[in-house]
Amino acid sequence: MSIATGTFWLGRYDTVKTRFSSLKKIRWGRYSVISIPSLWLALFFFIPFLVVFKISLAESAIAVPPYTDMFAWNVEDAIIDVKIKLGNYLYLFEDSFYLDAYLSSVKIAAVSTFFTLLIGFPMAYFIASKTGTMRTLLLTLVILPFWTSFLLRVYAWMGFLKKNGIVNEFLQTIGLIDQPIQMLQTDFAVYIGIVYTYLPFMILPLYTTLEKLDGSLIEASKDLGAGPIRTFFLITLPMSMPGILAGCLLVFIPAVGEFVIPALLGASDTLMIGRVLWDEFFQNRDWPMASAVATMMLLILVVPIMFLRNGKKEGAE
Amino acid sequence: MTRNSKFLSISSLFGFIFLYAPILSLIIYSFNKSKLVTVWGGWSVKWYAELFNNQQIIDAAIVSLKVAFITATLSVVLGVLAGYVLSRMGKFPGKLIVSGWISAPLIMPEVITGLSLLLLFVSLENLIGWPAGRGITTIIIAHTTFCMAYVAVIVQSRLSQMDDSLEEAAMDLGAKPHSLFFLITLPIISPAIISGWLLAFTMSLDDLVIASFVSGPGNSTLPMVIFSKIRLGVSPEVNALATIMILIVAIGVVSAMWQMRKKEKTL
Repeated sequence: MSIATGTFWLGRYDTVKTRFSSLKKIRWGRYSVISIPSLWLALFFFIPFLVVFKISLAESAIAVPPYTDMFAWNVEDAIIDVKIKLGNYLYLFEDSFYLDAYLSSVKIAAVSTFFTLLIGFPMAYFIASKTGTMRTLLLTLVILPFWTSFLLRVYAWMGFLKKNGIVNEFLQTIGLIDQPIQMLQTDFAVYIGIVYTYLPFMILPLYTTLEKLDGSLIEASKDLGAGPIRTFFLITLPMSMPGILAGCLLVFIPAVGEFVIPALLGASDTLMIGRVLWDEFFQNRDWPMASAVATMMLLILVVPIMFLRNGKKEGAE
Repeated sequence: MTRNSKFLSISSLFGFIFLYAPILSLIIYSFNKSKLVTVWGGWSVKWYAELFNNQQIIDAAIVSLKVAFITATLSVVLGVLAGYVLSRMGKFPGKLIVSGWISAPLIMPEVITGLSLLLLFVSLENLIGWPAGRGITTIIIAHTTFCMAYVAVIVQSRLSQMDDSLEEAAMDLGAKPHSLFFLITLPIISPAIISGWLLAFTMSLDDLVIASFVSGPGNSTLPMVIFSKIRLGVSPEVNALATIMILIVAIGVVSAMWQMRKKEKTL
């Protein structure tokens, strides 16, 4: 190596070094900014799942806290006893109660999601077809319930659907029914409750895609002789698919684990897994079983959650 | 086309009735004299008087307001950082994980979040002695975890809407990263911060499930008290409480919208 190239490299090294140290300074600030929210999420959102999984493998015990330790330290003989109980998971499959609860939660969530879409789509389309103040006003009307207490909105339906509630009174007054019908504490009330509380979650993503919809395509389709129904199914519906998918997942995922709605509006035998988990924890005080129920619920929901994330990424690009 | 738009407006009308009829009936029946909630006994404000004499509800409301205030403030700090990191800091290792996890608390069923946080707190207490028991602190931590996600999403969308030319200009003129953030970025995203704070506040005030898991004895929040009351049936006091809360929110949201529109017009 000649002296010239040697100094060249030394010079390079110097500039690289100074550049690197200033970079390092920025990097340091950068990483501290990045790490604060990341650490919070890791500690209070991600690690708790691991804890749930760990406790789902423990045995329920009469103690504080009410489960056995996974590791037992035997200091004298330097042995770590590891105790893993798979019984909670086996029980999930053995007792048809749990399987039924999972299936019925998924069914209730899916049916409600479908009806939310059915009601939400025309509303979103209507709002997207408006402009200016009218559009702002309608959007505010959609968002406003979202800001008011969810618990109280579910409660409002209790008064609405009761045996001597407003809906029954109304149906009797107009002569549609003679006797009040049981609506509260039925699966029907749970469907209504879910559709009602999650409707804004459906309308907003639908509106966002419908608003961007290229009107010229619809016009072209009509000019080429397609009727409104044909145009809707061939143009509008496929083009609003990202919004439909996002809206459906935003309703479906939390609806599967819903607790408040089946607890307040459902019958005592309306099986939903969120309620099963709640009872397992608060009534039976079986923390390991509640953890196993939660772990299984998470496994069921992982697929739709991944779908939602992928959809979002595509939407962003 | 007219037939189409008629169908749209009629179904939307029914949709909005569906959204608002239960709330309206709640408000009307809060002024009902009769104890039987469905029998109309004439106008009265006695349930409001009874509400303000109910010490249990007032105590719970104080706990809830305290929790919501601290939660909203903490969530804004963490959520703004997260939103800023995700939309302005380019690529960094682990970005995918952070962006994926940040929105997960929004859709995670509350029973799972609640249970998992409780088990974390219990395990931590066994391990390092903190948090000693459960109460307001644990509720605040739990609420902040899902509320910061709302703030982060709002801030992120606000930042992605505006171009970064102002920030670039400031950087070209020699602004240091922190002064850039406090002098340029923060004022620009202030509307998002305000709505994020308010949303976090209402979300915290509203939460029943997570608070039930992570709260300790003697620290019942307002939704927990309401839930135990209405589980047994409709209660006129709760109607009065609901009316007050709904009116506050409605006035708040409408005036916020009004302000924003005015601001947009002057710009």
